Parts: sequence; structure tokens; C-alpha cells
Amino acid sequence: MRDVAVIGVGMNRWGELWEKSHRDIWTEAALEAVADAGVDRVDAMYVGCMSGGLFVGQEHLGAMLAEQLGMGPIPGTRVESACASGGLAFRQAVLAVAAGEHDVVLASGVEKMTDVDGGAATYALSTAADQEYECYHGITFPGLYAMMARVHMHRYGTTRKELAEVAVKNHAHGSMNPLAQFQGKVTAEQVMESVLVADPLRILDCSPITDGAAAVVVASLDAAKRMKGGAGAARPLVRVAASAHATDSMALHDRDDLCWLGATAKAAEIAYKKAGIGPEKLSFVEVHDCFTIAEIMVIEALGLVERGKGGGAAASGLTALGGKIPVNTSGGLKSKGHPVGATGVAQIREAVLQLRGEAADRQVKGARYGLTQNMGGTGASTVVHIFERIERGQGGMER
Amino acid sequence: MIGSPRYWREIPQRYRYEAAECTKCGKIFFPPRLVCSGCRGGEFKKVTLPLDGTIETFTVIRVAPSGFGDEAPYAVGIVKLTNGVKVTAQIVDCAPGEIAIGDPVRLEFRRVRQDGESGVICYGYKFVRTAR
Repeated sequence: MRDVAVIGVGMNRWGELWEKSHRDIWTEAALEAVADAGVDRVDAMYVGCMSGGLFVGQEHLGAMLAEQLGMGPIPGTRVESACASGGLAFRQAVLAVAAGEHDVVLASGVEKMTDVDGGAATYALSTAADQEYECYHGITFPGLYAMMARVHMHRYGTTRKELAEVAVKNHAHGSMNPLAQFQGKVTAEQVMESVLVADPLRILDCSPITDGAAAVVVASLDAAKRMKGGAGAARPLVRVAASAHATDSMALHDRDDLCWLGATAKAAEIAYKKAGIGPEKLSFVEVHDCFTIAEIMVIEALGLVERGKGGGAAASGLTALGGKIPVNTSGGLKSKGHPVGATGVAQIREAVLQLRGEAADRQVKGARYGLTQNMGGTGASTVVHIFERIERGQGGMER
Repeated sequence: MIGSPRYWREIPQRYRYEAAECTKCGKIFFPPRLVCSGCRGGEFKKVTLPLDGTIETFTVIRVAPSGFGDEAPYAVGIVKLTNGVKVTAQIVDCAPGEIAIGDPVRLEFRRVRQDGESGVICYGYKFVRTAR
């Protein structure tokens, strides 16, 4: 298998983009990634999208969006794994390059969620849970994560304020991200006084409904070292050090431990082994904080904190910018927004910016290794990637 | 939307709580499956879920999905039955504020939801608390 590098990234401002169509949102991000990579074509494209059918009434997105690129009859593939669709689309692009099938591939994600009303959006999102044995009984996604939160609080003593501190931190990070949907800061009191959605979770514990897209371009590391085009000539290279994917039971109730993300732990274990590093080597991580409790459970499953100790991480500053292991410098899903299919790719964009040293006000100093974790449903699918900064000239390829 | 074929197909589970027990390793599946995730065995015998269990976790739904709009707020929980099987269902006949993890509950047959104005009226199980 060949080593793979990310050579270009693109993303537009996220939010309620009523004036833009699903296809235009995607194409903007895709073209930006292609321009950033300095290439004039891609050999294939992958797009992560959870539910074009329910959100905009459009399926067959591989073909439709490949056409929008204007690069001829290239293979276009749509990948679906609920909220992990974007991360999984990226993984398919990496595998295609690593296997030698393609040399330069676009990996992207898109979701347009505000063409439908809140009820329809809630329904579309709920299709990521077990329709027959969970949703039948009136449970929602906030409700499922609320049930996980309640177990975590009951067993480990995690407090309501500790949940709120995750939102406070991620909105503070997002205030430094000009593409984030919400760029205002919040206080723990505001989170704890916001309207209840599913006890104990409140509206400010939840990621929002968002329109948005993100795209990256991958190529073989050897080809990336030879490329001189675009803005990339002077930049460090970003190598994909590991790509891993794991699954867990679809229904939350089928898990032995209701507040342990088994698929995340498994994917992380595989990724650390492939990359040849442990969690202590990471400079930062971007994780799937669809709800505040999710970030707490994810950092435990990634081995960044002890099992059951995730609650205090945000409040203590451990996971804030400037802390030992910054989590979600982009603002996370909480502040940046969560256009479900695009989320996993936007995480990778943030990792690339950090490793290139292009993250401006939210830059993690001297970042060398970064990890992204993107999950679907209540964690039934998880994709983990580890990225490494490689200075140009390293390995003797630079001319 | 729940179509009639699906609703009819799920009647053994919704009305009669039928589960499947692996004849090789004894693991119980609700709903029944074709392959045992414990031992990969493929033979099962039909068993009925016990009615009693305890609350493992719960929430109170304030923003309800379609089909449940008139009922919010309502409680939904995960209940561990006496045979170890866990199921998700509503917890009813009590104020949501009274519910606690570990509460004993009993499964009852109730109306669960209605699909749209002229849709199927769906029945199934809900839990009621029994004496602590």
C-alpha cells in the first residue's frame, strides 16, 4: 500500500444557507480544495452524505456532484454511514490512492438540512438509530445521548456543570473560526438555563442543524512531494498516518455498557497501532461532539483520559486550546455546526490546517500529530484518522 | 411512516414479546436474528420475554418526533429484564420527575403511537413502575 497525503482543503461558511443549493454548497468547497491542492483534475471523487433523500429529495449524489465538478466522466461515489459519512468517504479516497487505483482523489461531504422544517430534520436524523426497536417508542437522538449522559452521571459522578463546560470550551474555540456557524461564546450558566430537549440535555448541549460542505484532496505521498503547484510548495506535507473504521451495535440498549463507545475504542486501537504512536503523542484531536456528553465519552474511548474521568477535562482546561491535549479547536460540531455528511471531512480540514501551521488564532503550537474521530448514530460506526506533519525535504524528495 | 406490512410483520414482537434463544450458547435476542453474535450459531428456539425488569437509564423527551407530538413531555428508558435482555420503551403512569435508575418496572401492552391522520394505530409494550 502507498503512503497517502492530504494536499488540499476547502470549506465554506456554515450556517442556514437558504440562498444556496445543495449542489452549489458542495461545489464551492470542492473547487476550493482542488485549487488549494494546485491540481487541475482529480481521478475520482467520494462524497459523504447522510440523507440527500430526506433532506432535499435527491439521491444519486455520486453522479450528480461529479458532473458539477466539470472534470468529465470521472467515477463519483456517495458514501453513507449516518453522521460518519464524511469520515468514511475520506477513508474510501485514502484506500483508493493507497491501493494504486487512483492518484489524485477528492474526498468530500455535504448536507443541506434547512430545506425541511425541524420535525422533518429530526426524523431524518433519527433514521441513524434503530427504527424498529428504538424510534418506534418515541426516542430521539438527543434522548439517546441523554440516556448515555444519565448513566455517566450516575456511575462516575459527572455533573451537569461539567457537561456545560464542554459547550463553553467549544464555543470559545469556535469564536476563533471564521467559518463556524455560531461564533459567539456561551457561559456555563447560559447552557444550564437553556431549554430542556431531553433531560438532562438542554438545547446548548446539542449541535445545531446546519447547511454546509467540506472537501479535501488526497494523493500519494510520493506524488505530493514532487508537486510544486498551488499554494502548497512551501507548506509542510500532511501524511495520513492511519485510517481505521469499526462498528458497534445499532441499538444503544444492545450494548453491555451504555456509556462506553466500543467502536471508537476499537478504531482508535487500530489507528494507534498503524500509526505506531499512542495517544500521548497527539498534539490535538477533533472529535464528534454532537452532544456535550459525546465529547466526554469520546476522549475516554480515545485513551486521552481514564475511563469515567472525561467529565472534568473541559473544566480543568486539559482539552482547551493551550491545554495538554486541545480537543475541537475548530469549535467542534457544537459551534462550527453539524451538516452531518460534511462533519467528518471538516474535521480533517482542521487537522490539516493545524499541521500546516495555518490555523491562525486557534493554532496549536508545534503540532506534529493530530487525530480525527467521526461517528454515526449513538456510535454504531466510527472512523478514526491520524495525521502527521512532514517537513518538505524530509526523506530527500524535495528538489 | 410505518406501513401495514411492516407493522403486521412485527406483531410477534410487539404483541407477544417473542425473542429467540441460541440453542448453542443460550444468548437471547430481541428481536430474533438469523445468526448468534455470541457464537455464530444459527439455530434458535422461541422464548417469551419476562415482564419484569429494572430501569438502567431514562430521559424525558421534551421535543418529540412526529407521531408523539401531543404526548410530550414523556419518559423513555432502557430496561434490563430479568433474563438480561435490555429493551427501550416508554415509562408511563407516573410523573417523569419520580423516575430513578434502578426502579423496578413491569411491561404492559399499550397503544404506542399513531402514524399520521389516517395512519396505522400502533400498539406495543410500555413500562409501568412497580412497588420499590
